Amino acid sequence: MLTQLTHDITTMSRRRWLAATAGLVLGLATFSNAKAADDTIKVGVLHSLSGTMAISETTLKDTVLFLIDEQNKKGGVLGKKLEAVVVDPASNWPLFAEKARELITKDKVSVVFGCWTSVSRKSVLPVFKELNSILFYPVQYEGEESERNVFYTGAAPNQQAIPAVDYLMKDEKVKRWVLAGTDYVYPRTTNKILEAYLKSKGVKQEDIMINYTPFGHSDWQTIVADIKKFGSAGKKTAVVSTINGDANVPFYKELGNQGIKATDIPVVAFSVGEEELAGIDTKPLLGHLAAWNYFQSIKDPGNEKFIKAWQAYTKNPKRVTNDPMEAHVIGFEMWVKAVEKVKSTDADKVIDALPGIEAKNLTGGTSKMLPNHHITKPVFIGEIKANGQFDVVWKTPGLVAGDAWSKELEGSKDLIGDWVGKKCGNYNTKTNKCGGQGS
Amino acid sequence: MSANFLVRIRAALLAILLTAAFVVPAQAGPFEDAVAKFANDDFSDTDEAIGAVATSGNPLAFPIISALQDGRLSADPDTKKVFVTGSDGKIIDAATGAAVDKLPDGAAAVRLNNRLRRTVEAALGGLTLLSPDPAKRIAAAQSVFKSHEENALAVIDGALAKETNKGAKAAFTEARAAILLYKADATEVEKLEAVAIVKAKGDQEAMALLTGLGSDVPPNVARAAASAIASIQSNLAMWSMVQNAWYGLSLGSVLLLAAIGLAITFGVMGVINMAHGEMVMLGAYTTFVVQEVIRTRYPGLFDYSLLIAVPLAFLVAGAIGVLIERGIIRFLYGRPLETLLATWGLSLVLQQAVRTMFGPTNREVGNPSWMSGAFELGQITITYNRLWILCFTLAVFVILLAMLRYTALGLEMRAVTQNRRMAASMGIATSRVDALTFGLGSGIAGIAGVALSQIDNVSPNLGQSYIIDSFMVVVFGGVGNLWGTLVGAFTLGIANKFLEPVAGAVLGKIAILVLIILFIQKRPRGLFALKGRAVEA
Repeated sequence: MLTQLTHDITTMSRRRWLAATAGLVLGLATFSNAKAADDTIKVGVLHSLSGTMAISETTLKDTVLFLIDEQNKKGGVLGKKLEAVVVDPASNWPLFAEKARELITKDKVSVVFGCWTSVSRKSVLPVFKELNSILFYPVQYEGEESERNVFYTGAAPNQQAIPAVDYLMKDEKVKRWVLAGTDYVYPRTTNKILEAYLKSKGVKQEDIMINYTPFGHSDWQTIVADIKKFGSAGKKTAVVSTINGDANVPFYKELGNQGIKATDIPVVAFSVGEEELAGIDTKPLLGHLAAWNYFQSIKDPGNEKFIKAWQAYTKNPKRVTNDPMEAHVIGFEMWVKAVEKVKSTDADKVIDALPGIEAKNLTGGTSKMLPNHHITKPVFIGEIKANGQFDVVWKTPGLVAGDAWSKELEGSKDLIGDWVGKKCGNYNTKTNKCGGQGS
Repeated sequence: MSANFLVRIRAALLAILLTAAFVVPAQAGPFEDAVAKFANDDFSDTDEAIGAVATSGNPLAFPIISALQDGRLSADPDTKKVFVTGSDGKIIDAATGAAVDKLPDGAAAVRLNNRLRRTVEAALGGLTLLSPDPAKRIAAAQSVFKSHEENALAVIDGALAKETNKGAKAAFTEARAAILLYKADATEVEKLEAVAIVKAKGDQEAMALLTGLGSDVPPNVARAAASAIASIQSNLAMWSMVQNAWYGLSLGSVLLLAAIGLAITFGVMGVINMAHGEMVMLGAYTTFVVQEVIRTRYPGLFDYSLLIAVPLAFLVAGAIGVLIERGIIRFLYGRPLETLLATWGLSLVLQQAVRTMFGPTNREVGNPSWMSGAFELGQITITYNRLWILCFTLAVFVILLAMLRYTALGLEMRAVTQNRRMAASMGIATSRVDALTFGLGSGIAGIAGVALSQIDNVSPNLGQSYIIDSFMVVVFGGVGNLWGTLVGAFTLGIANKFLEPVAGAVLGKIAILVLIILFIQKRPRGLFALKGRAVEA
C-alpha cells in the first residue's frame, strides 16, 4: 500500500508540482512584501482568516487594523508610525505557534494581538514565553491562567458567567438550571465553576442538568425537547449556554420552532453577540439573554463615536460591533499608553509598565490593568431585541476585577496571579509559595 | 342682597364642583396616572402600570397592553405622554384615546424584560377571556392555566356558563381547575376534581402544574396529585419513544439529503469527492442570494423564495460540478488518492472564494412562514421545517430514482458505470455521460443546500460538517446503491436519536462511528452490496 502511494505521488506530473510551487512562492512573496522600515513599530495580528474560526476572528483582524489606522492619524507612537503585520493561522492550532514564532523572530513585532479559542492561546504560550514577547488576548475565557507574557482583556468567569447566574437567580427567580455547552475546555471549565457556585447557593444536584454537544452540532431536536421536559418540573428553569458560535444558529432556530419562549425558559448565552445574531431571524428569540462587558446598543458618547468611525472605516453602515472588539480597543490603548510611559517598545519594560495602566472602555467607565494581567470591566445583561441588538436590562453597579483563578474551585481558590509584587502567576496565598497547583 | 350673595356663592361653588368633576378625572384619574408611569422607563413602574391599567376596566386597556406586548407602545420621557401606534399605523394618546398626528421626537418604545413580558401575557389573558374569537379565548384560557391567577376565576366562571365552543369550554375547565388547585381556600373536593381534570390534560404543562404544588395541600390531594404525576409520566415516557423515532426520521432525512448527491458521484461513479460539502454550501448561498433579491425587489414573493431557489441551486451547483469534472476530475479517473487530494484542495479553494465574496460571517436565510413553527401531535411537537425537509428529501429521492430508471440519460449512466468499454462500443459518449453524472450529483447536493439553509448556519463552513456524515451513510448503505443510501441514512438517524438521550450527543456520535466500523469489518460492502460483474470492474 505504501509503495503504491509513493509510486502514485512520483508519477504525478512534474509540471503540476512546479506550477504549485511557483504559486506558493508567489503568494509568500506578496505576503512578506511589506517593507521592513526602521522608522515604524510593528504590531502583529494573529487571527484566523480562513477555516472554521474565520467567522469570528476576521472582524478582530479588521479591528486591529482600524485601531492602528486611527493611531497613525494621531501621529503614531513615540513619533513612529505603527505598521500591522497580518498572518493567517487558518484555524489550525499548531500553525498558531508557528505563525507566532514567525511574527516575533522574522517580522520582529513589538506586540501581538490575537487568538480566539483557548486551545490556540495555549498553543502559542510557550512561544511567547521563550521569545519574551507580548500577547493581548481579547476573548472571554475559562480563567485558571495568568502568564507573564499574556494580557487578558476579555472576561474571566467572574466577569461574565457568575454575574449572569446571579441575575437569573435574583431577578428571574430561577430554581432549575440547564448548563449546555460545546464539548471543549472553555464550557467544561466554566460549567465546573458554575456548578460549584450554584451548589454553594443551595441548588441541589437534581436541579442542575449538564449537557455537552460536539462542535458545529446542528441537530438540536432531542436536546431542546429534553430542556423542555426538564423545565416542566414546576420550578422556574433557565438555560446557561456556553454553546460555541457556529452551533448557536440551529440551536436558537430549534428553540423558536419548538415554541420555547424567553418568558418560559430564558437562555443566557456567553458566546452569542451582535455578530452571531447577524445570521439569524431574531424575532422568535425576543427576550433571550446574553451576558457581556459591552453591547453595541449601550448609549455612551465614546461608544457612538467608535461605532461611527468603525462603520466609516469598513465602509459598511450596518457593520456591527461586539464585545471582543471592545477588548482589543481597551488592550490597544493600554499598550500605547504603556509604551509611551516607558518610551520604549522593549517587552520587559512594557510588561512591567502595563499593570496599573488605565484606559477608557466604550461603555463610559475606565478599565484598569491589574497585577494578574486581567482588567476591570463592567458586566451587562442584555435581552435580544427584534432588530438583532441587545437591550441592557441589568448591569453591575461598578467595574468587576477579573480573577485569574476562580474562587469557586477547590484547586484554585487559594491561588492569585501577581506580576507586580510576587512576580508569579500562580502564587498560593495559603502556603506563601509561587508555583502552587495550577492547571 | 344677602340672598343674592348666597345665590352667587352657590353658583360659584357649583361651577367649581362641575369643573372639578370634568377636569380632574381627565388629568389625574387613577387610569391616567397609571398610563403615565409607562413613561418612566423603569421596570418596576411599568409593572405597576400594567397591573393598574389591566384592572381599570377602561376600554383602552386592551389596546394599550397588546401594543405593549408588540412593542407598539411608546412614551415621551419629557412630557410623560404615552402613545399607542395601532397595527394600522394610526397613533392615539394612550391616556385619552385622542388621535395624534405623529409621535414626538423624543418618544421611544416602552421597554420590557422577561418578568414584565410574563405579566403582560397574564394580563392579556385576563382581558381576552371574553373575546368573540374562540381561538383567542382558548389562548387566553391557556395563559390563565399557566399563571393560575386567582383574580381570573370570576371571569372564567362567567365565561364557562355561556361558552358553546367545545375547545374553548375544555380550555376554560382546565384553567379553572388550575386556579382551584392553587387557591388556598378551595375545598378538598374541588381540589380533587381539579387534579382529575389536570391529569386528563396529561401533557408537560399539566405535569409542571402538579409538581409545582406545594406541601401545604390536604394529604388526600397530595396523594392524588402524586398518582396523577406518575400516570402522566408513564404516558409521556411512551410518547418520548415516538418522539425519538420522529427525531430519528428527521435526522435521517437530513443525512439522506446530504448524502444522496454523494451516492451518485462516489457511489455510482467511484469518485471520492471531498468538495461535495462545498456543493451543499453553494446551494445554501444560492438561497441566500435569491432571498436577498426577493427582499429588496419583490418582498411579496418571500414565501416562494425556496421554490425559486431549488432549481437555481441545482443549476449553479450542477454547472460548477460539470466544470470540476471537465477541468480536474477527468484527468484523475482511476487514481483515487490524487482525486481525494485534488478535491480536498478544491473544497478549500471554494470555501475561501465564498469567504472572500460573502464575508466570513453567517448569512441570514429566513424561514418562509410555512416553514416556521410547529404543531402538536399527541404529546410530541413536530416542527414544520423538519416535516417539510422529510417530504422534500423523499421527493428528491423518488425523482432521482425515476430518472435513473426511466430516462435515456439514466440508462446511459447505468450502462457506463456497469461496463464503460461495452457502453462506449455501443456508441455512448462516455466522457459526456461522466460530466453529466457528476453534474447531477453536484446539483442534488446544491438542492440539499437549499433545505439545509433552513436549519443550519449559512457560512463558508457549512459543507464541512456534512461531508463525514455523508461518506458514512454511503459506505454504510452500500456503495453504488441508492436504496442502500436511503436505508443507511434512516438507520443511522434513528440509531443516533435513540442513543443520544442515553449517552449524550458526543458519546452517541462516537458510539455510532464504532458501530459502523464494526459493521464494515463484517460486511465490507455495506448493507446492500452490489453483486455481479460491476463489483469486480
